[in-house]
Amino acid sequence: MARKEYSFYPGCSSERKASASNYMVSVESMCKTLDVKLNEIPDWNCCGASIGYAEGGELPRHIMNARNIAISEKENPGQDIVATCAACWLGTKETQERITHSGELLADVNEILKEAGLKYEGKQPVRHMVEVLIEDLGYDELAKPVKKPLEGIKIAGYVGCQTNRPFGVLGESFENPKYLDKLTETMGATALDKYEEKVTCCGGALAFSEPDKSYVQIKKIIESAYDHGADMIVTPCPVCQMNVEVYQGQINKKFGTKFNIPVMYYSQLMTVAYGGSAKEAGLDGNIIRATKLEEIAAKK
Amino acid sequence: MTDLNKAMVETYRNDFLKEVEANVEEGNWVKMCMQCGVCSGSCPFGPDWEHPPQEIFAMIRAGKRDEVLKSESMWMCTSCYNCIVRCPRELPITHIMHGLANYAHRLGIAPKMNPTRRFAKIFWDNIAKSGRVNELELSIRLYFMNGFMKGIKTGLEMLPVGLGMLKTKRLNPFGLFAHGGIKRKGELHKMLKKAYEIEDKRKGFAK
Amino acid sequence: MADIKIGAYICKGCGIGERLDTAQLTLIAQKEGKAQVVREHEFLCNQSGVELIKNDIANEGVNHVVIAACSRRSKAETFNFENVAISRANLREGVIWITPADEDKKEIVQEMAADYIRMGCAESAKMQIPRTNPNLGNNKRLLVVGGGITGLTAAIEASKTGYDVLLVEKSASLGGWAAKLHKRVPDREPYAEPMDTGIADLIKKIESDKHIKVNLNSTITKTSGAPGQFSVDISTESGSTATENVGGIIMASGFTPYDMNKLPYLGAGKSKDVVDQLGLEELAHAANGGPIKRPSDGKEVKSVVFVQCAGQRSDKEGELPYCSGHCCNTSVKQAMYFRNQNPDIDTNVIYTDLRTPGNGEDFYRSAQNKGVIFTKGKVNEVTTGSAGLEVKFKDLILNEDVVAKADLVVLATGQVANSGIDMEAQLLAEAAAAADDKAAKDAGEAAIERVEKPKGVSILNLTYRQGPDLPHLKHGFNDSHFICFPYETRRTGIYSAGPVRRPMDMAQAIEDATGAALKAIQAVENASLGRAAHPRSGDLSFPEFRREGCTQCKRCTVECPFGAIDEDEARYPVFNESRCRRCGTCMGACPVRVISFENYSVDTVGSQIKNIDFPDQFSEKPRILVLACENDAYPALDMAAMNRFQYSAFTRVVPVRCLGSINTIWVTDALNSGYDGVILMGCQKGDNYQCHFVRGSALAHERMSKIDDTLKQLSLEAERVKTYEVAITDIERAPALINEMAETIQKIGLSPLKF
Repeated sequence: MARKEYSFYPGCSSERKASASNYMVSVESMCKTLDVKLNEIPDWNCCGASIGYAEGGELPRHIMNARNIAISEKENPGQDIVATCAACWLGTKETQERITHSGELLADVNEILKEAGLKYEGKQPVRHMVEVLIEDLGYDELAKPVKKPLEGIKIAGYVGCQTNRPFGVLGESFENPKYLDKLTETMGATALDKYEEKVTCCGGALAFSEPDKSYVQIKKIIESAYDHGADMIVTPCPVCQMNVEVYQGQINKKFGTKFNIPVMYYSQLMTVAYGGSAKEAGLDGNIIRATKLEEIAAKK
Repeated sequence: MTDLNKAMVETYRNDFLKEVEANVEEGNWVKMCMQCGVCSGSCPFGPDWEHPPQEIFAMIRAGKRDEVLKSESMWMCTSCYNCIVRCPRELPITHIMHGLANYAHRLGIAPKMNPTRRFAKIFWDNIAKSGRVNELELSIRLYFMNGFMKGIKTGLEMLPVGLGMLKTKRLNPFGLFAHGGIKRKGELHKMLKKAYEIEDKRKGFAK
Repeated sequence: MADIKIGAYICKGCGIGERLDTAQLTLIAQKEGKAQVVREHEFLCNQSGVELIKNDIANEGVNHVVIAACSRRSKAETFNFENVAISRANLREGVIWITPADEDKKEIVQEMAADYIRMGCAESAKMQIPRTNPNLGNNKRLLVVGGGITGLTAAIEASKTGYDVLLVEKSASLGGWAAKLHKRVPDREPYAEPMDTGIADLIKKIESDKHIKVNLNSTITKTSGAPGQFSVDISTESGSTATENVGGIIMASGFTPYDMNKLPYLGAGKSKDVVDQLGLEELAHAANGGPIKRPSDGKEVKSVVFVQCAGQRSDKEGELPYCSGHCCNTSVKQAMYFRNQNPDIDTNVIYTDLRTPGNGEDFYRSAQNKGVIFTKGKVNEVTTGSAGLEVKFKDLILNEDVVAKADLVVLATGQVANSGIDMEAQLLAEAAAAADDKAAKDAGEAAIERVEKPKGVSILNLTYRQGPDLPHLKHGFNDSHFICFPYETRRTGIYSAGPVRRPMDMAQAIEDATGAALKAIQAVENASLGRAAHPRSGDLSFPEFRREGCTQCKRCTVECPFGAIDEDEARYPVFNESRCRRCGTCMGACPVRVISFENYSVDTVGSQIKNIDFPDQFSEKPRILVLACENDAYPALDMAAMNRFQYSAFTRVVPVRCLGSINTIWVTDALNSGYDGVILMGCQKGDNYQCHFVRGSALAHERMSKIDDTLKQLSLEAERVKTYEVAITDIERAPALINEMAETIQKIGLSPLKF
């Protein structure tokens, strides 16, 4: 039996050949090392994401999430729901909070879920993967399996928005959360002690619809990392990862910059530090390759 | 003026605040704003809002219905939640902005060409159909939402991005045809239909 | 007077023994300090140490004690012996904690300690044991002036504490403005609803309290005397006058609402439907929970606009420049009168800044919850339109001009203090008018403005030469020590409470009244024992002057911040010991140095300054004198020591009661005897003063501004003398200022007067 077991909500971007598939690969490797078992919620659906509000309104949006929670309660009873994606976590948790505070909503939700023979109870907390790592295992436990400390790598810990606000990680400040830095330091890397754009918005979904405005945001995030001498940016959020990584070429074209900085997931770092291969860490999934990590991963 | 909009104007006459309280997500918080302006100063796209949140709240109280609902402003929300965590009065500002946008959209008076509105609609249709996001379909529909020629142009501009994603196996070139979504789609469709019915009834949208 | 026998006690505890050569200090105390008994002790503040001293007092005839240990601010209770003159040599905070323990500094640190022993013994030799004030006053009854919420609260609180009260009220009934309110702003959780004023109950309690005597329709026509012995003439409307004796006075004469008729542009006086907040209270009272009706035609009010800051926070001529503090909460409350009665009434509060002191923020939120609309805007005009009133304002968020229609407009006007006559301002204004140079005229301008405020009638009619009422500070409010001791005024035994000292709401007035009652009780108790009132509460010394030396210059009478000195027919000063606060400002003022206290005099300080060992000119060891106010600067230096911030070991610090007590002779003497620099450290002065004696620091700064001439005469550089305002929190700055002087001296060289 695994040390810890959770009901897992991977989310759309984690699917094979989706934008955060490499996140998924590294999470699987990391969890294997940590002896954490993730039981995928059968037939889970999209959370509605932050942009779902416009067409989805309130109740339809909450139904998307309530369905996942109800399936989880039925199929993975007694297990905390864990999401790796910030938006999935936020959407699901938000629905749960709203239902907790509104008897009317609870009644509506259950009436609707009846259509699928489901029932919402909302007993299990909805958590982000980093919460599990920090709260259930702790930094000391996370340090134990480190085989190849990521010495000499300077990391800009880019927390972004939705892992941080409005819920965030318990005990962390919204303005300067420290957990990501602590996590990278636990892996032997050096976290920037000053990174002004740590919680700056990358534009989120509006990178699609308002690209120019988003590029200005992304440019700030990357510039600050460069200014403080970072080798790479690390983030816990698939949207942050994608926006900050994939648009660097567009931004270079637009602003005449020469950005080319890798943007990694914490789980990729951890997998490499735990002795995993480049493939196990999903390093091949990054458009801008993290050569320093690849070198360490290649070392025997 | 859409029929729905006309009906709402009739119902609430000059009291836009009451209308917002009744029909907009978290709308009953609007009256609690104390006009400090921290939200406007905390918004990443703040300078791009014609009327930043603080102003929107003042406008609602001043009864400026059309100016608010037809505004592009709320559509600038990136859902970063910075305003929420900083608001000294703990107003759920992000949700109120979403709610206003959704309300305007439902009434059919939101700005037609607003890219975020259109993207949001495409996105929801995408997930409501199959239960999960099909990223390729989503991007293609997005590129072509402004017409065929514009779509080709945007597609070409974004080609390096797409190719990068493709090379790193983070985009499924066959997704357009092969993406399956969830298994029990029928169930989801039924539930969503019911959810809309209940919500419409609650918010007075039902005919 | 008995012979002085000095006992010096040198403590070796807290590291003093390790850092200093106490045997050498003993020798100095014996030889130079002329102490007949000198003892070292391992731990002087423990029982055996204290017993040692007590034994010497009892059996060896020691009557002057020099404690060479920690700061005088430390262990003051332990080293307190009756009928003994006590001085302290500060070896711990003053020497070992502010100097490095390095071997090469040992010599100068030891010199510092030795000087403090010399200074302690020198001071002791000049001190006398205070005989206590002979001018005792035993009356403990309190006079409360004003029967509003402040006065009533003060009266009931004093009575509950066991003191008799005489309450004087000008009008025919008790309760003041509070009695005219429909409801009051809540004073308890959850701060959500207007609540009953409670004033009727309070009045009932007062009327049935046998310790409280109420005089209605009465004013005070004469007040003379001092704490514990005031004599007060109380005249009734009918013309009869009775003289009463009281020990302390609480002035709670409250405020008058600003006359809204001065605001015609806001519709006041033009439409009956424009009322001030008290006007609305009347309407609400009349409605008695039913719909509020507008005065013009009795129509039920369906829309109401509250105009905040009406005629206040304004720079317009004739309007109030200040914020009256209560009006935002009051409008919040009044808006609820409407919404609670009928939630469909349009209720709009137009404000520029909503200020809700106390727990008003919760109350504000409650009003928002009830649907009261708050609009950030500036009202420019209220006019009468065809359909009612029109409020024209600028929306400050949307930046546009808006017209709001209303059935009723409520103007939130301000409070004007009933503080009587501002004599000081009158004198200043007269002086300015008489002066021919421009600078004096400019200085008097502010004062002239103060006088022009309509103030005709005196409230207290004090017979003091300094004027018939309490001095004012700003905008016609009584000068009370609002930063540190809010009820303290500049007339000892007279306390100021409520909106007469600053604008405030009911909750604050009640708190004020309670505080002032307790201060007045403290004052009458001290007076009955011949002791000083705050801030040297319990001090038994009092000022005396040598008549034959006095030149009748009147400086002491004019400069005494507390009106404690009068003049006799021959124009000699007459000290009123019971009014005196023992700051020594008179002593600092006296050009011929004839004023002194038994335990604090030109000599006790002067001898400390002179009795140090000046090194020879080749040793390159400067000496810096710091005269530090014992209220803020000295504790700041102590705290610097606790934090082990260092300052120059060439420094010799002498605590003074107040910077105002510094006689310039000390400074010139110090420079003449060979000090290379002199620093004066006092409290903040000016309108936001923190000086415990109100004017002391300001007077010292004035006097020292003229020191440059003296320095020129002595051919000394101006940089050698500095005067600073130091706050108690300046624990880093105070040592830095000293070190700055040490650097200056290094730059400009030792004093030429040394040689």
